Amino acid sequence: MEIKKIKNKAKREIPDYIEGYGEVKPYAGPFATEPTGRKYAPLKSFSRPGASKILNSIKEAIEKCEIKDGMTISFHHHLRNGDYVLNMVMDEIAKLGIKNLNLVCSSLTKAHEPLIEHIRNGVVTGINTSGLRGEIAKEISKKNILGKPVTFRTHGGRARAIEAGELKIDVAFIAAPACDKMGNMNGAEGKSAFGAMGYPMVDAQYAEKVVAITDNLMPFPLKRISIPMTQIDYVVVIESIGDPEQIATGATRITKNPQELLIAEKASEVLTASGYIKNGFSFQAGSGGASLAVCKYLKEYMQENNIKGSFAAGGITATMVEFLEEGYFEALLDTQSFDSAAAESMLKNPAHIEMSASMYANPHNKGCSAHQLDVMILSATEIDTDYNINSLTGSTGIIMGALGGAPDTAAGAKLTVVVAPTMRKRIPIVTDRVTTVVTPGETVDILVTERGICVNPKRPELIEILTKAGIQLKTIESLKEEIEKLTGVPEKKSLSETIVAVVEYRDGTVIDVVRQTK
Amino acid sequence: MEKRARRTMLFAPANNPKMLVTAHLYGADCVLFDLEDAVKYADKDAARDLLAEALKTIDYGDTEIFARINPLSTEFGKDDVRILVPSGLRKMRLAMCEKPEHVKELDELLTEVEKEYGIENGACKIQCSLETPLAVMNAVSIAVASPRVISISFGAEDFTRTMGAERTKEGKELFVARTMVVMAAAIAGIDAIDTVWADLDDEEGFKEEVKSSMNLGFAGKSCVHPSQIKIVHKIFTPNKEELEKSLEIVRAAEAANISKGGVITVNGKMVDIPVIAKAEKIVRLAKSAGMIK
Repeated sequence: MEIKKIKNKAKREIPDYIEGYGEVKPYAGPFATEPTGRKYAPLKSFSRPGASKILNSIKEAIEKCEIKDGMTISFHHHLRNGDYVLNMVMDEIAKLGIKNLNLVCSSLTKAHEPLIEHIRNGVVTGINTSGLRGEIAKEISKKNILGKPVTFRTHGGRARAIEAGELKIDVAFIAAPACDKMGNMNGAEGKSAFGAMGYPMVDAQYAEKVVAITDNLMPFPLKRISIPMTQIDYVVVIESIGDPEQIATGATRITKNPQELLIAEKASEVLTASGYIKNGFSFQAGSGGASLAVCKYLKEYMQENNIKGSFAAGGITATMVEFLEEGYFEALLDTQSFDSAAAESMLKNPAHIEMSASMYANPHNKGCSAHQLDVMILSATEIDTDYNINSLTGSTGIIMGALGGAPDTAAGAKLTVVVAPTMRKRIPIVTDRVTTVVTPGETVDILVTERGICVNPKRPELIEILTKAGIQLKTIESLKEEIEKLTGVPEKKSLSETIVAVVEYRDGTVIDVVRQTK
Repeated sequence: MEKRARRTMLFAPANNPKMLVTAHLYGADCVLFDLEDAVKYADKDAARDLLAEALKTIDYGDTEIFARINPLSTEFGKDDVRILVPSGLRKMRLAMCEKPEHVKELDELLTEVEKEYGIENGACKIQCSLETPLAVMNAVSIAVASPRVISISFGAEDFTRTMGAERTKEGKELFVARTMVVMAAAIAGIDAIDTVWADLDDEEGFKEEVKSSMNLGFAGKSCVHPSQIKIVHKIFTPNKEELEKSLEIVRAAEAANISKGGVITVNGKMVDIPVIAKAEKIVRLAKSAGMIK
């Protein structure tokens, strides 16, 4: 077959067919690709009165689910760096001699580094994830140990792909901090509580078989149900699903780093001048230093001007919980809780609403919260003069980050503001061409750095409003030049032709690829 | 004499490359790159070279840049001047300045370096740091020791140590010294800059001290952390009413051309030179606060 190169709307040249991924639908714009066909549905199942779902071990669950070579299995990453479950399941699968599995993870963390051995031994031959860091990422970027591309999807894109049947999950393993004998579960109670369980809500609905793995079997019926027993085949009780110290600790505090605070303060000035901060506005901010710190200044402004927002969304932190409890927002929409303060709030406060990743960000359903946002604050590893954002690879080409919900919320929000320092170590953040396009520039409105503020020329009305409000703006080209006077122009790392990862846009088109480093 | 707002003077160690490229971004009126206490002995040369390169290459915009040089009595002090002035440094803080002779010694060295490098005579300015009882007692003679002296600053840590006094948040033990420093600055017609507040967790205490320093007559405050800058600026921002009155006085004074003396009437009130000077200060602070252009 002759492989042609095509240029997508993000100006990236990619092959029209990628071995190990398949045919490429090129990215054509944030809402250009519409869905067709019907949603996927798993086989019907039935339950007999009195039948038990409780199994004695993970091994028994693997056997009962009849996991075979070549199947697709899924996991969530709500336990973050404290996750024990993925490794336990994969070790059992490896012991049973099963090979060639395709993993569908909401993200992979440093807790999952034992996967490297399973990849080397052929147990795992496919990875779908939102993020990849540490040793696995290095091994894939430098040595292509998987032998075929990883598929990166956004949080909304993953939910979409599962619902569309592009990702058919044979067996979903769901770590559950609270679960009853029938598999009703939630993520907010128990010693391993992590809060909202937005990612596996989708897996449970569409996977052929679903196994709940819990360290906290509670009396039936569980009083608060995030994923219902109607979707669960088996329940396995183990001693511990994760290390509480690494799951969610305390409350995510606002940074004290003066540079991050400076950027946040400038971003807050931009937000207030933009006119978007008014009664009933909706808001989301990433949990990173500067983006979370925007909340500190925003709160002062809301207090002084007696403004109350409608909802704050996303990954929820203690800062957002304070917003809710102190009456600055009517509600929180939570797909993933970042700290135990958020998990506790979800349990006690009915206005702290749990949502699935599909309700959060899937572009191909009948309504997601990302599309209801007025203001979104994002961070970035790199941003280019077309306002494209990279949050996945470093300037050396090595995978070290995630897509997360950034492309989803940037597309949905009325105002998308990127907060970033102009340089990290000696590497400039503003470049003429990002290493990998993750969030397309046409969905990004403003860049706020410690050295200046730039507005995407695609938003001339914003330029006018901010200028009238006395905010000094720079063109992104002049900011780049200013930074390069200090850092010099870094040499671009040359990469090989081998594709080690495909970056899907939220609608399933391909926005970029990641190539193996030389 | 150049008159500009010096509400905040942010300390930044000169051996920290990141601070050399970012310190001026926090909005302080002045940044003071420290070659003295913040830099350990083994790093003195490297810090000086780093600062020299920074002065040559970085555009610090409107921020007034100072360097706290090592005392001339040390092996580093004179080289600090000889290397940094040709690199662009024009304002330096003389640490542990106790008597007018210290100022004169630096003044002579600066004259020599200016001549050698073809820099306008008198272009380099000095800020004297008064940190001991002797320095405070000599404040007036130090402040008038050279036309290069543009401000004097008060350093409370060494002062209380030398006095055997206990540093308290209320600062009663510093009241007399602070007043004397402000008086000396007023006599010389220069700025007085107050000492640092180190307890970053006590924001309320910091605010109280800044208010009290401002009321005593200090032109500004030394800051050890960027988070202090906005707080100081807010306190030093005049209220609208005060500003309107001051603008009226300044305009009337300009129209009457009475800079050399005399009295005018504004809104039925007698206005003389000290009142005009105060009004000018308020207008200057309002400009710095962005209230007027």
